Amino acid sequence: MTTTFNVNKIRNDFPILKQQVNGCPLVYLDNGATSQKPQSVIDAIVNYYSTTNSNVHRGVHTMSQQATDGYEGARAKVRQFINASDDREIIFTRNTTEGINLVAHSYGRQNIGPGDDIIVSNMEHHSNIVPWQMLCEEKGANLRVVPIDDAGELLVDEYEKMLSSRTKLVSITHVSNALGTILPAAQIARMAHAHGAPILFDGAQAVPHMPVDVQELDCDFYVFSGHKLFGPTGIGILYGKAEYLEAMPPFLGGGEMIKSVTFEKTIYNDLPYKFEGGTPDIAGAIGLGAAIDYVNDLGFDQITAHEDELLRYGTDALSTIEGLKIIGTAEHKAGILSFVMDLAHPHDIGTILDEQGIAVRTGHHCAQPVMQRFQIPATARASLAFYNTKEDIDALVKGIDRVIEVFS
Amino acid sequence: MDGLYGDLVMDHYRNPRNRSPISDADIEAEEFNPFCGDRATLQLKLDGRGNICGVSAQAEGCSIIQAATSMLCDQLQGKSLDEVAEIGERYRLALRNGAEGESELGDLRALQVVRQYPVRIKCALLPLTALEEGIKAYREKTG
Ligand SMILES: Cc1ncc(COP(=O)(O)O)c(C=O)c1O
Repeated sequence: MTTTFNVNKIRNDFPILKQQVNGCPLVYLDNGATSQKPQSVIDAIVNYYSTTNSNVHRGVHTMSQQATDGYEGARAKVRQFINASDDREIIFTRNTTEGINLVAHSYGRQNIGPGDDIIVSNMEHHSNIVPWQMLCEEKGANLRVVPIDDAGELLVDEYEKMLSSRTKLVSITHVSNALGTILPAAQIARMAHAHGAPILFDGAQAVPHMPVDVQELDCDFYVFSGHKLFGPTGIGILYGKAEYLEAMPPFLGGGEMIKSVTFEKTIYNDLPYKFEGGTPDIAGAIGLGAAIDYVNDLGFDQITAHEDELLRYGTDALSTIEGLKIIGTAEHKAGILSFVMDLAHPHDIGTILDEQGIAVRTGHHCAQPVMQRFQIPATARASLAFYNTKEDIDALVKGIDRVIEVFS
Repeated sequence: MDGLYGDLVMDHYRNPRNRSPISDADIEAEEFNPFCGDRATLQLKLDGRGNICGVSAQAEGCSIIQAATSMLCDQLQGKSLDEVAEIGERYRLALRNGAEGESELGDLRALQVVRQYPVRIKCALLPLTALEEGIKAYREKTG
């Protein structure tokens, strides 16, 4: 069961947070780009390489069995974490980007043809735009874009109008990385299904902040990256409903994904291995499993409560700064404070904050269509995790004061 | 901390030189930074001997792009295209190794501090890239 939420104790679990940067204590507010890793994740990886390292699914020796157990154990943890009904529905990928590309190549090329529509939103990360553009180009299909309003909310009425019998796939973010908007995922999925279209959610920015239940959402595909969920880089997840995954052709051909190979005919392996060609990131999967254990120990009740309070505190604090505008003011938000200032370009904000040990992201956040929508070149973005504190926000505000000092 | 934001940089950022556009420019170039959408646009007018007799520049983006654009243009008046290439090389070197004893660069010397901020070197180089591309295209066109 969950223990009480003690942020200072939690911070102690993350060795990197004790660092000094540019002579100042690190204030890490770039969790949307990648999150930091608790000692338990680092230990799981070190321990795997120190005691167990072997290839999976292909040896009779003891360590190979242990490696396979660790790897498959991680799959089961992921399955529970997003409440999928079957381990076979959990595919290990490298990251969110690979998960989306897998669906585009495998499902998309088989099921999407000339004149068909693929629907995305105006607040997608480039990784949920470009694979679909490439597919549309190849197939003569159309990419349709659901608009958003000035607060950064999806215009659900416009989405409704866009859906038709031509809609062959809807692929939308669960939480916007540039704006923080939490989208009404269950409703979006229901509406897609009413028109017979499957739905993919890009959950990269959702899973670190809120419980996700793929059965409750009734989504057909759900993708995310381990590294934004306090796990290592190099490991990500594609969830797909078994009925879809069964019918889809493999993505990468090679070892692991086959049952038998002759030059006349190759029989593909069963799920999930059909989609895991080649030696996977075994240590990465085990590290992700440890990250999920860590998050489960804290519990989303406490994580969400803490982060909501921080977001409110930060929003209030930034709102009082003259000449600063928060971009993304949706009613339901997770973890993101994107902003611009009259006085200074986001790059300059980023550099001055960095000199005070404050890490934020500046730029278009791989979401250029969002920048175009708001007619800005870039934003500065502070993105939160459960180990952030009000002191971190206070440091940010003080850092912004320094920006104003230099530029006024 | 003056760091990146010394007086000279801030002065060029706040009061960029050579802003008024040239209607009959011989050389025009625009360069984007795809990483952040920043942009530098340059126009040059040449006299009968091929020396620069008119300079115009616009930059959108951070203080470093704007200051670098303004400072670079300040150095171009009256120069031949070969001399411009030389200034470009000097400037590039100054951004890598510093500009000790480098008198030819004028206010651009102030940008050697960008060395300490590697992620910002792209910003400081953007107007130079635009200039070089513009001159290259002009030379290809005029043979
Ligand atoms: C919403 C969203 N989708 C996709 C991605 C891409 O993730 P990755 O680079 O791990 O594939 C990101 C990461 O920035 C993201 O925020």
